[in-house]
Amino acid sequence: MDTTEIERDSMEFDVVIVGAGPSGLAAACRLMQLAKDNSQELTVCLVEKGSEVGAHTLSGAVIESRAIEELFPNWKEMGAPLNVPVKRDELYLLRSETSSVKIPNALIPATMHNEGNYVVSLGNVCRWLAEQAEGLGVEVFPGFPASQLLFNEDGSVAGIITGDMGVGVDGEPKDSFTPGMELRAKYTIFAEGCRGHLGKQLYSKFQLDAEADAQHYGIGIKELWDIDPSKHEEGLVIHGSGWPLSGGTSGGFFLYHSENNQAVVGLIVDLSYSNPYVSPFDEFQRMKHNPLISQYLEGGKRIAYGARAITKGGFNALPKMHFPGGLLVGCNAGTLNFAKIKGTHTAMKSGMLAAEEIFAAIQSGDTGGKDLTGYTERFQNSWVYEELQASRNFGPALHKFGSLMGGAFNFIDQNIFGGKLPITLRDQKPDYAQMRPASEFTPIDYPKPDGKLSFDKLSSVFLSNTNHEEDQPCHLKLKDPSIPISKNLPMYAEPAQRYCPAGVYEVLGEGADARFQINAQNCVHCKTCDIKDPSQNITWVTPEGGGGPNYPNM
Amino acid sequence: MKILVAVKRVIDYSVKVRVKADNSNVDLTNVKMSLNPFCEIAVEEALRLREAGKATEIVVVSIGPKAAQDQIRTALAMGADRGIFIDVGDTELNSLSIAKLLAKVVQDEQPGLVLLGKQAIDSDNNQTGQMLAALCNYPQATFASKVLIEGDSTTVTREIDGGLQTLQLTLPAVVTADLRLNEPRYVKLPDIMKAKKKPLAVTSPAEMGVNVANTITLVRVDAPAERSAGIKVESIDALIDALKNKAKVI
Amino acid sequence: MSNLVIAEHDNQNLKASTLNTITAASKIGGDIHVLVVGSNCQAVAQAAAAVAGVTKVHVADNEAYAHQLAENTAQLVAALAPAYSHLLAPATPAGKNLMPRVAALLDVNQLTDIMAVVSPDTFKRPIYAGNAIATVQSSDKIKVMSVRITAFDAAGAGGSAAIEAVNEVFTADKTKFIGEEVAKSDRPELTSAKIVVSGGRGVGSADNFKIIYTLADKLGAAVGASRAAVDAGFVPNDMQVGQTGKVVAPQLYIAVGISGAIQHLAGMKDSKVIVAINKDPEAPIFQVADYGLVADLFTAVPEMTGKL
Ligand SMILES: Cc1cc2nc3c(=O)[nH]c(=O)nc-3n(C[C@H](O)[C@H](O)[C@H](O)COP(=O)(O)OP(=O)(O)OC[C@H]3O[C@@H](n4cnc5c(N)ncnc54)[C@H](O)[C@@H]3O)c2cc1C
Ligand SMILES: Cc1cc2nc3c(=O)[nH]c(=O)nc-3n(C[C@H](O)[C@H](O)[C@H](O)COP(=O)(O)OP(=O)(O)OC[C@H]3O[C@@H](n4cnc5c(N)ncnc54)[C@H](O)[C@@H]3O)c2cc1C
Ligand SMILES: Cc1cc2nc3c(=O)[nH]c(=O)nc-3n(C[C@H](O)[C@H](O)[C@H](O)COP(=O)(O)OP(=O)(O)OC[C@H]3O[C@@H](n4cnc5c(N)ncnc54)[C@H](O)[C@@H]3O)c2cc1C
Ligand code: SF4
Repeated sequence: MDTTEIERDSMEFDVVIVGAGPSGLAAACRLMQLAKDNSQELTVCLVEKGSEVGAHTLSGAVIESRAIEELFPNWKEMGAPLNVPVKRDELYLLRSETSSVKIPNALIPATMHNEGNYVVSLGNVCRWLAEQAEGLGVEVFPGFPASQLLFNEDGSVAGIITGDMGVGVDGEPKDSFTPGMELRAKYTIFAEGCRGHLGKQLYSKFQLDAEADAQHYGIGIKELWDIDPSKHEEGLVIHGSGWPLSGGTSGGFFLYHSENNQAVVGLIVDLSYSNPYVSPFDEFQRMKHNPLISQYLEGGKRIAYGARAITKGGFNALPKMHFPGGLLVGCNAGTLNFAKIKGTHTAMKSGMLAAEEIFAAIQSGDTGGKDLTGYTERFQNSWVYEELQASRNFGPALHKFGSLMGGAFNFIDQNIFGGKLPITLRDQKPDYAQMRPASEFTPIDYPKPDGKLSFDKLSSVFLSNTNHEEDQPCHLKLKDPSIPISKNLPMYAEPAQRYCPAGVYEVLGEGADARFQINAQNCVHCKTCDIKDPSQNITWVTPEGGGGPNYPNM
Repeated sequence: MKILVAVKRVIDYSVKVRVKADNSNVDLTNVKMSLNPFCEIAVEEALRLREAGKATEIVVVSIGPKAAQDQIRTALAMGADRGIFIDVGDTELNSLSIAKLLAKVVQDEQPGLVLLGKQAIDSDNNQTGQMLAALCNYPQATFASKVLIEGDSTTVTREIDGGLQTLQLTLPAVVTADLRLNEPRYVKLPDIMKAKKKPLAVTSPAEMGVNVANTITLVRVDAPAERSAGIKVESIDALIDALKNKAKVI
Repeated sequence: MSNLVIAEHDNQNLKASTLNTITAASKIGGDIHVLVVGSNCQAVAQAAAAVAGVTKVHVADNEAYAHQLAENTAQLVAALAPAYSHLLAPATPAGKNLMPRVAALLDVNQLTDIMAVVSPDTFKRPIYAGNAIATVQSSDKIKVMSVRITAFDAAGAGGSAAIEAVNEVFTADKTKFIGEEVAKSDRPELTSAKIVVSGGRGVGSADNFKIIYTLADKLGAAVGASRAAVDAGFVPNDMQVGQTGKVVAPQLYIAVGISGAIQHLAGMKDSKVIVAINKDPEAPIFQVADYGLVADLFTAVPEMTGKL
C-alpha cells in the first residue's frame, strides 16, 4: 500500500504537540494558561502513542519540583502526586557481587544531592498533568502516534499525520482500515522524549545537530517492587555505580523507596560500551544480587518491568531546537542534566519556554510556519541553560577518564568550581561507533536467573504489560535486511540479541541456516536498537496506536 | 428501533492482575481501565445494525464509579447517540442488582433490542444478559456470532459446544455478544471530540428507585496455585504408562 | 440440604459434564436429584439414574423442551427450585445460558464456574481469566451455580435412583429454534478439546509438523502451537496457544519442542495434566509439567505415536 496516496481527513489547530511526557504536557498547560490570561482563543491538540497517558512513561524518578512550582504555584493544594520528599540520600560504589562501599557525603558532587526533591512515579505525574491540561481545554488523544511529518510547500513543518490503523502484516489494508489523520497546526511541538522518531527526521532534514557534539545515550532498565514493609523506608534514595559493569562499560544504578511499601530499582548502562557481548538486561539482573540491593528486595515481589533510553549528551550535544513551523523540547532535544540524572524539570521548563515563544508569536498575529529563533534566546536566558552549562563536563569526563578518575574530575569541577571550570571536555564519537569486533572479547557467561531476585527476559516483558496487534507491519525497519546476518553476526555476534531489553531480536539457526527473527510484539519502545546498532541499520517507527507497554506507576 | 447497549468499565485486557497483599481483592491502583472487549463488540454490532438501517438510535448505559463515564464516552466516540450513567460509586454490585438497574432502564427507554457483552473480563460472570432477559421476560440469545434483524424479529447465530445454533427471537429481545460477532472499529479523532458533546444523563439507583442489596460477598481473593514441577520420565513407555494408569487421561 | 443438578444431554446421551457436576453437588452434601429436560429423553434419565450418589431423577419429557431453550427451561427449573437449597449445572455454554436466567426468576444471584466447594454457602471461582481465585459467600436462600467441570472428577456408576416424570409444560413463545450446525472437523476444536498436542519452534518446519498431527490424530486431540512456531510459518495463526492466542484447559496438554515462556503458559497452565517433550533439560516448561521427557522430539514423538 502506498501511504502517500491515501485520502486523509484533516483537522487544524493552533498548536499540535507530539508526546505526553513531562515536556509536552508542560507545554500544553502553559499554552492554555497564557491563552486564558490573555483571553485569547487557542486550540491545542496533544497526541500520545501509548494507550493512555503514562502507559509509556518510564523514569526513576527523583525529581526537582522547580518546574512544576513555576507551572502550578499551588501544585500541592491541587493534588500533584509529589508525595514522598527525599529523606535520606546515599551514594555507593559496588565492588563485587558481595561488597560495596559508601561514598562519604563530603565527596559527593553537589549535583548528586537530593534534599528538597521528591520520589515520584513519573507516569502518575504525567497522568496528573494530563488531567490539568484537559481541564484547561487541551485535546489530549492517547492511542494516537504521530507517524509522519507534514510539510508546507515552503518546506516548513505543517503538522503531523497520525498512524494508520488496521493495516495487515503484509502492508495491505484490512477491513478495519482507518487511515491516519492530518493534524495541521501553526506550530508543532515535538516532545517525543529520547530518540523521537520524528525528531530524528527533523534533525536530518533541518540539520539541527550540525554544530553540536554527538549525542550520547544510556539504556535505563527498571523494576517496580512491592517490598517487605519492615524493610521499607519511605524517601530513601540510593545511587551508585561499579559492579557488575566493568571493562569500559559504565553506568549507574538507583534504588528509591516510594509510597505504599513500593521500591524501584534500576540500572542505566551507557550505550557507549564497546563489548558486543554486554547485555544490559543481564547486568541489571545480576546486580540485584549485591546485598546492598538484595537486602531490600528479598521477600518482596516484582510487579512491573520496563526499559527506556535516556539522552545524556547534555550541553555540548544540544541541537538547534527550532526550525520553520516547529520546536523541539525535552529529551527529544536532549535537555537532561546528566550530572543529576534528572531530566524531568528541565524537560518541563523547555516545554514551558516553547509554549511562551509560540504563544507570543500567535498572539502577535503570526499565522505559523516561521522559524521561531526567539526560542533559543528564551532557552539561553533560563535556568535550564545555566544548569546544563554548569554540568557540561560531567558525562565527557566519565567517558574520557573512566568512573574513578572521571568521578574525581567531576567532584572538583562540580563542588569546587560549581561547574565553571574553564575547560570543556568534548566527546565526539557516537555510541554506535564505539562497538568493537566480537573477536576482541570473550562471551560473557551471565548467571542463570534465580526466579526470586533475577528473572529471564520474557518473564520480565510479561510484567511490562506490553502488547502489539499481531497483524500489522513490523515497526522495526531494517534498511538492509541482510546486514544482521551478513555483517553484524560475523563481526559483532549480532549484539541486538543482547542490547534489546525485551527479547525482540533473535538469531535462529547456525551457519548457512542463520536467520534474523524480529519479535516486534515484545517491543517496549525503549529505542535502544535505533541508537546502538553498530550498522545503524534499524529504524524504529511508530506501530499501530495503543501498542507497546502499559506501564502502571513507572 | 432503539438499541440499548450495556457497557462495563474493566481492567484493560493487556494488564496483568495482581492480588493485594491482604487478599481482599485484586489491586487496581495505577492500572489501565478500558471498555470490556465484549461490550465493545456489542456497541459495534449496534452501530452496524444502525448503518444497515435496522436501528435509529443507540443508547449506551453503564453502571459503576464516576470514571465509568470514560467508557460511555468511548462508546459515544464509536458512534452511539447518547449515554446513561448510573453512579454507584465504588460499590461492586452483584449481577442481579446490575440486571435490575438495567431492567429499569429498559422499562424507561423501551428499546427494541438490548445488546450486552457475553461476559465481563474482570469478574467473568457471564450472567447479566440472561438475568436481564428473565427480569424483562424477554427472549434471549447468548454468545451471538451473527445477528440479523427482519421486521419484528431477530435471527441470531449462537456459539454452542462444538458448533452453532440459530434461534429466531421476537423483539424486544436480549442478545449477548461473543468474540466472533464482529471486529470493532477504530475510533477517529474528530469523533472523540464530538463524543464530548453528546448527551450523557447521570442517575443513581436511589433516583431510579431500585434496591441494590448484595447477597454475595467476596470473602477473599488468592493468586492461583502455582504449578509445581512433576516428575521426569525416562522413556516413552514410562510416559504412556503414567498417562494411562496414573493420570488416567488417555 | 438438597441439590438439583440440571443434566446436560442431547436427548439421547447424558453428557459427561453432568457427572462432574454431580460430584460438585456431593461436596455440598445432602440429597442429589437430577433434572432431565428434553424430548424423547428417557434414555438420558436412565443413564442419570445409574450414576452413583443420585437419589432421584426428574424427567420433563415434552416436545416443548426438544431444544432446551433457556426461556421455558428456566421457568421449569424455577418451578421445581423451592424444594432445593442448591441448583447446579455444568459451566458449559448450555449451563451458562440457563442458570443466570433461573436465578433472576428466583430473585437470587448466581455463581459462575465454581471450582471448589468450601462450605455449603462458600465457593471458589476463577476471576480475571483465572489469574485470581475469588472465595465468595452467598446469603441467598437458594444457591444457583454453574460448575467448572475440569475442577471435579466424574461421578462413577452404581446408582439406582427412582425416575419421576415432571408434567408441567412451559412454552417459549417468543423463541423459535431454526437450526443447529455441529462443526464437522476431523480434529476437535482447540478450545474445547480434551487433549491438545502443541508444537513449538523445536519442531523446525511446517513439514515436520506432520509428526505432531499424526500423534494428535492417534489421541483424538486438537493441535496447537507456540507463537514462535506460528511466526516461523509452520502453522496458521489460529492455532496459537498463549497470552495473545487461545486459552485452553484440556485434560491433557502435550507440549513438544516448546520452551515454556510465560506468555505460552498463560494459555495452557490450567490444563489438568501437562506433558513436556524437550531436549533441553533446563527448559522452563519442565517447571510446570507433570511429566517431562528429556528427548529429541523427532524420535520421541513417532515412538509415542507408534506405541499408543
Ligand atoms: C531509567 C530512567 C531513570 C530516570 N530517572 C530520572 C530521575 O530520577 N529524575 C528525573 O528528573 N529524570 C529522570 N529520568 C529522565 C526523565 O525521565 C526524562 O528526562 C523525561 O521523561 C523527559 O521528558 P520528555 O517529555 O522529554 O520525554 P518522555 O518522558 O520520554 O515522553 C515522551 C512521550 O512522547 C510519546 N511519544 C514519543 N514519540 C511519539 C510519537 N511519534 N507520537 C506520539 N507520541 C509519542 C512517548 O510515548 C512518551 O509518552 C530518567 C530516565 C530514565 C529512562
Ligand atoms: C472478585 C469478584 C467476584 C464476584 N463474584 C460475583 C459472583 O459470584 N456473583 C455475582 O453476582 N457477582 C459477583 N461479583 C460482582 C460483579 O462484579 C458484578 O456482578 C458485576 O458488576 C456484574 O457482573 P459481571 O461484570 O460479571 O457481568 P457479566 O455478566 O460477566 O457481564 C455481561 C455483560 O453485562 C453488562 N454489564 C455488566 N456489568 C455492567 C455494568 N456495571 N454496567 C453496564 N453493563 C454491565 C455488560 O454488557 C457485560 O458485557 C463479583 C465481583 C468481584 C470483584
Ligand atoms: C506480548 C507477547 C505476547 C506473546 N504471546 C504468545 C502466545 O500467545 N503464545 C506463545 O506461545 N508465545 C507468545 N509469546 C512469545 C513467547 O514469549 C515465546 O517467545 C514463545 O512462546 C517461544 O516459543 P517456543 O517455545 O516454540 O520457542 P523457543 O523458545 O525457541 O523454544 C523451542 C524449544 O524447543 C526445544 N527443541 C528444539 N529442538 C528440539 C528437538 N529436536 N527435540 C526436542 N526439543 C527441541 C528447545 O530446547 C526449546 O526449549 C508472546 C510474547 C510477547 C512478548
Ligand atoms: S526493539 Fe528496540 S525499541 Fe523495542 S524494546 Fe528492543 S531495543 Fe527497545
